[in-house]
Amino acid sequence: MPNQRTGAQILCEALIRENVEVMFGIPGGAIMPFYYAMWEYRDQLRHVLCRHEQGAGHAAEGYARSTGKVGVCIGTSGPGATNLVTPIADAMMDSTPLVALTGQVSSLVLGKDAFQETDITGITMPITKHNYLVKRIEDIAYAVKEAFHIAATGRPGPVLVDITKDALQAKMVPNWEIKLNLPGYKPNYNGNRKQIREAMRLLTEAKKPLIMSGNGVTMAGAIGELHELAERTGVPVVTTLHGIGSFPENHPQNIGMPGMHGWVHVNRAIQECDVLLNIGGRFDDRVTGKASTFAPHAKVIHVDIDPSEIGKNVKVAVPIVGDARNVLRALIEELPSREALAELHGRASDWLEHIREMQDKHQHKQQYLNRPDTTNLMPHDVYAALTRFLNARGQYRVVTDVGQHQMWAAQLMDWLKPRTHITSGGAGTMGFAVPAAMGVAIANPTDTVWAICGDGGFQMTNQEMQTIMQEGLKNVKVAVINNGYLGMVRQWQELFEGKRYSGTPLSGPNFRLLAEAYGWKGITVERVTDVEGAIETANATDGPVLIDFRVEREVNVWPMVPQGKSIGEMITGTPQA
Amino acid sequence: MNKHTVVALVQDRPGVLNRAVSLFRRRGFNIESLAVGHSETPGVSRMTLVVEAEDVEQVTKQLYRLIEVLKVSDVTSDPTVEREMALVKIHAPSGSRPEIVALTGMFGAKIVDVGYNTMVIEMTGTPSKVENFIEVVRPFGMKEMMRTGRIAMVRGAHTHQAPADATESGNGHATAEAATLN
Repeated sequence: MPNQRTGAQILCEALIRENVEVMFGIPGGAIMPFYYAMWEYRDQLRHVLCRHEQGAGHAAEGYARSTGKVGVCIGTSGPGATNLVTPIADAMMDSTPLVALTGQVSSLVLGKDAFQETDITGITMPITKHNYLVKRIEDIAYAVKEAFHIAATGRPGPVLVDITKDALQAKMVPNWEIKLNLPGYKPNYNGNRKQIREAMRLLTEAKKPLIMSGNGVTMAGAIGELHELAERTGVPVVTTLHGIGSFPENHPQNIGMPGMHGWVHVNRAIQECDVLLNIGGRFDDRVTGKASTFAPHAKVIHVDIDPSEIGKNVKVAVPIVGDARNVLRALIEELPSREALAELHGRASDWLEHIREMQDKHQHKQQYLNRPDTTNLMPHDVYAALTRFLNARGQYRVVTDVGQHQMWAAQLMDWLKPRTHITSGGAGTMGFAVPAAMGVAIANPTDTVWAICGDGGFQMTNQEMQTIMQEGLKNVKVAVINNGYLGMVRQWQELFEGKRYSGTPLSGPNFRLLAEAYGWKGITVERVTDVEGAIETANATDGPVLIDFRVEREVNVWPMVPQGKSIGEMITGTPQA
Repeated sequence: MNKHTVVALVQDRPGVLNRAVSLFRRRGFNIESLAVGHSETPGVSRMTLVVEAEDVEQVTKQLYRLIEVLKVSDVTSDPTVEREMALVKIHAPSGSRPEIVALTGMFGAKIVDVGYNTMVIEMTGTPSKVENFIEVVRPFGMKEMMRTGRIAMVRGAHTHQAPADATESGNGHATAEAATLN
């Protein structure tokens, strides 16, 4: 019959219709018909062959987080699909738009423990925004259309589409007349006007107001609106780990990051403030500490597109369900009269001054970065040099893994632009950075992409260095902050478990030689004086580079709120380890 | 811990029950009873859940996150009509039958099977009335018992209907069937 297509061809065409540019995956038995069809569409659909499906998933996340577009990853059935579980969970926690396509055994043997069968829709039910088991060719185009719509709209998240092999092999005349009909899915983009007025009234009357900016501000593209509201009211702004970059850190009203490893003055400001406007943040327990003692004097206004986030962790005075950009615009429209605004501005300025005085007493960042010269290499020397270098160059993205190095990067580097700081926040997935950096590098070929890793997380997914090589991604540079420990766990053991370093000392291979084995340039840095030169060399090298920074082994991340404590109870430690 | 009665309208698709129940499981809530069946709208099922929890507001909000969930209400404090059915098989030798027949009549229950030494009784009523009946007939010798779980509907003009566009025919997947005819 004319114009008949296989399910796999329909899948390819459906992806092209969704403007997919690149997919990260690994073939296998059940997904083979899709790879067969992909060959015809290879000029339109770029496929990146990863070395592990976990890498494929994180690469798709990196692509999505750096662009705001939907990332796509592919695995075959069974182990291929289960290897995608970690990145899917990671995407769920950090609201990353992701579509995971998995092959499934033929519908004839489905549920019979066939070769490479797992119930991946069952497994991913709690960690996806939605998922599909597609057993009929007729449903492929619909499932793809719905999946992309659900992944990208409302609160973004991962959607899995599991397609049986026989559906991919069947043939039909495709029908592209698809009308989305999702009666149970209607995200509310516009905040309630009455609640917005009430929020503005609270803010206007506040003596010590604070704005908390989360990832929702970046995802909604509300950077300009946040800037306008903050400047017109004069209210100080804190940016959460994922809110980093949504408000520039060199802005006089940005006081920094709150939470477990937030700065002392930021956490004290939260504990003192009387109105807290949280936009697009979900009051993660790493932000709030013990939730019942969080911001005890504040009337909390919570703006979130997901109603189930509001009131979940922190008691809220004014709930606003909506898109951060629309709500911020509406808040700006409700700004009070010139006189009232001037008064608010005055009070906010006094309050900001008070916060800055608190900051002067606890200048950890400066103490860290301006330490006396010694030859032993401290992690902070790397961050200081990298920050100076990147600020001077401009076009860069930084992807961090999980652990001490991640917190140091968030604390010590200067974050000025959205989507330049990409990290695994909610799930805290070690092994995130190298593959995610690959996705970021593909999406942003003109930027230099720095992956900052610990030696622990790096060894979980470093095989993707070969994928980076095979794809010719010359703009990826990896900095390993190598302290020979699973450092964050070691820090907890030191502080709270009587220095029982159980399972945390960690050896690695010679990372420079490993890099060379992959065809990368490898550099080892052991002295402070070699840091800048290594970074310069990495930048000047036309190809991927790894720098192994062998740092002081037992350095802690300060300040720190112990698990289960109020954010007012910080251990400030000493900057010199 | 309080008992909450939650009513949810969901699209009738494979896995939807699992998704909904899984949310309660995740928070460690015990589901005391769960009844699912068709609603007045084709393609839309109605669930009644009785859950023991301090606060189910978060769970009802989380239920809304499910794409196939159309409407959720906690009707615990609303005036509702609540019904449950039980099938009870009791030991019923000829000597005790008159008393059983009398009790069945008093509760408005029905004898639906009579065996050599047993009777099966169908009892429908409010959960507490069903409970009551079971306690009364238990001394005769309970052989088997099965309850459907609670279903609930709010009294009066207030309705709990699915949105108008939630019908089966409007569903994209159903339209796909037409494509196969080509």
